[in-house]
Amino acid sequence: MAIHIQIQHDDFDLNAEYQRLRRENPQAGAVVTFTGLVRDFNADGKVSGIVLEHYSGMTEKTLQRIADEAVTRWQVDGVTIIHRVGELSGAEQIVLVGIASRHRSESFSAAAFIMDFLKTEAPFWKLERSPEGEQWVDAKLSDQRARERW
Amino acid sequence: MIKVLFFARIRDQIGLSELTTELPEDVHDLSDFTRALIQANPSFEPALTERNVLTAVNQEMASPSTTIEDGDEIAYFPPVTGG
Repeated sequence: MAIHIQIQHDDFDLNAEYQRLRRENPQAGAVVTFTGLVRDFNADGKVSGIVLEHYSGMTEKTLQRIADEAVTRWQVDGVTIIHRVGELSGAEQIVLVGIASRHRSESFSAAAFIMDFLKTEAPFWKLERSPEGEQWVDAKLSDQRARERW
Repeated sequence: MIKVLFFARIRDQIGLSELTTELPEDVHDLSDFTRALIQANPSFEPALTERNVLTAVNQEMASPSTTIEDGDEIAYFPPVTGG
């Protein structure tokens, strides 16, 4: 059972992370990966990029706790969470969640669970940049609701 | 000493990312501490009394009744928006 959690500014290689999950979990029959991207629009129009701020230390602890909870709920063999911070442009990758498990349903559920809790509990904040200026993104009620289903 | 951190919109409102302060007398929990911090820094009041402000003590989510001790790290921040 390996959990990899990484906070970094640099981009990540989806295929390299997928191959690592395969290599480290030869017993797995399923790998599910989720990738979150920077949208190039919001409700007010065009977004040129974002700045992702985080609370170093608390972020890692929170992600570890969420991953630990996921592995107690589902029989999964490998978990990878990578989240980028700093300045990101439109369409760049922000977050990767990868799960390896014997059967697919565990991987699908664990990946969705981790994302729903990451979005509502991990201390990251997005500042959106547009030609009109900068604004902090507001938390969404729909994300809170998504978490409540678990 | 207490280390106090401010993040995102709250940091912008306060104009500081971090400060250190002595543990004030008669501070037992986080609500006492916040009240003392505002008393010493009246300009912090709008940011720290916002309806949605979240708090952590020693990097764990906290509530107004969380106990505060010398050496703690206290953070104030808005609802999170990562992912």
